[in-house]
Amino acid sequence: MKSSDALTAPRKTGPISNWAAVHWNTAVAALGRLARQPFASLMIILVIGVTLALPAALHLVIKNAQSISSSWDNALDFSVYLKTDVTLDQAQRLVNIIEQRADVEEVRLVAADDALKEFREQSGFGDALDHLSVNPLPHTMVVRPASANTDVSIGLLNEELGNLPEADFVQVDTEWVQRFHAILDILERAIAIGAGLLAAAIIVIIGNTIRLDIQNRREEIEVTKLIGASNAFVRRPFLYTGIWYGLAGALLALALVRYGLFALEEPITRLSGLYSSPFSALALDLRESLIIVGAGISLGLTGSWLAAARHMRRIEPR
Amino acid sequence: MINIEDVTKRYPGGHDALKGLSLSVDKGEMVFVTGHSGAGKSTLLRLIALIDRPTSGQVIVDGQNTRQVTPRRIPAYRRQIGMVFQDHKLLYDRPVSDNVALPLIIAGVSHREAARKVRAALDQVSLLSKEKHLPETLSSGEQQRVGIARAIVSRPKLLIADEPTGNLDPDLSLEVMRIFRRFNEVGVTLLIASHDIALIDQLGCRRIPLENGTLQIESEEDPVAEYVERLEAEQGRDHWQP
Repeated sequence: MKSSDALTAPRKTGPISNWAAVHWNTAVAALGRLARQPFASLMIILVIGVTLALPAALHLVIKNAQSISSSWDNALDFSVYLKTDVTLDQAQRLVNIIEQRADVEEVRLVAADDALKEFREQSGFGDALDHLSVNPLPHTMVVRPASANTDVSIGLLNEELGNLPEADFVQVDTEWVQRFHAILDILERAIAIGAGLLAAAIIVIIGNTIRLDIQNRREEIEVTKLIGASNAFVRRPFLYTGIWYGLAGALLALALVRYGLFALEEPITRLSGLYSSPFSALALDLRESLIIVGAGISLGLTGSWLAAARHMRRIEPR
Repeated sequence: MINIEDVTKRYPGGHDALKGLSLSVDKGEMVFVTGHSGAGKSTLLRLIALIDRPTSGQVIVDGQNTRQVTPRRIPAYRRQIGMVFQDHKLLYDRPVSDNVALPLIIAGVSHREAARKVRAALDQVSLLSKEKHLPETLSSGEQQRVGIARAIVSRPKLLIADEPTGNLDPDLSLEVMRIFRRFNEVGVTLLIASHDIALIDQLGCRRIPLENGTLQIESEEDPVAEYVERLEAEQGRDHWQP
């Protein structure tokens, strides 16, 4: 029985694969419809792409600024100004002791005379300094903490250096780094707010495009409903159109950001060469790229869904 | 198959398109609803297709009271009925085969099976060779046959047609009616609105004459009325001819 059934009956496809086929066909048809009016589609994709690229590019600027400044955190040198009555020998011995510490990478001793010489050369006060009878500068230890240090252990090191009987005072200029970070945080939040507004703009753009599309295809929707199509069925092609707009816009945004980085690469290399730093600009990583693509798709879907929900219901066969 | 019980349809503005109409169509019947324009033919079909709902009374189709069909269930309800329209209502941006496949696609039939059924339906209206053509390239009669193929492709038990021959010349009209007849012979119930009395008489089917929204007194016994009606029908047809 079974085998003869198999011969006569058409091969039944499962409900899942059939469902997938229906969606696939709708998606392809929606794509084909966009391809048939390439200019109009490209304009909308361009708008979405630029709108998405803007926050992505700003995010990249912040991310690079953070990556530069984070390397500053633990590489800050402590300048330990010794008391003026500490001799060079005492200072050298102190340097040797401190160098043994695990949380210290290296210690450099700047002798008072060297410091004065350097100051004379660089400050332009040369002649004025000649009139000094004694060197007012102390010996200075420049302590570079080990890179393994945490904020807490850095603080501890700072304190211990300050408590040395030979030390006059310790200068660590971390404040401006913290300020810089605070500014970056503010900028990042501002970008997030801006991105939210731009997302709303994309929803409106796509929603409006889909609304026009629905109006143009009013007759088709009526006929399809007359034949027994559900709201979900007539809505589906428009949702896929929205998804395609969002996806294409997101890919364009990624390309724009990529191209922007490419265009900036040469001047950045030149600049970091001037600072003799190995810095090269960070691109969007996979996760960030996926977030942009995901955002594009979901904004497209949201915009088209809103338009379809609002305008589709009113179209009923007359 | 169809039971219309004391149905009144009042349109906004107070015009009564149907007034206490009652009629029934049995399973397997082929019935014509006749009458002048404005007699209520289209309104009756609209109530059956659930494009409109009656102001009062019951419309029962295949045991289903249309009152109990909620808006969400309307699509599924309409899928049980094949519909043919005077203006064909085809989608002009896609080929004949896609137009005919539409009800199957809506119902979620797999593409392979849909393609097979579409070819069978087009074969029944002798349009298999025009499968890949766009509707615009076809004649009016051919377009109407595409509309008929679309209406029957999912094998509905009931087919309703609103002036299916309204835009066709007599030869094409007869051709369309013959196609309907063939469906009727395999058990499809047909309800056709038409003012083409001469053509209907040729087919010898039951007529439901409407006048001002109610049943007209049967005219068979009244030769004068029949003559006048015939005359008007001829004039009506002349009106359509180019």
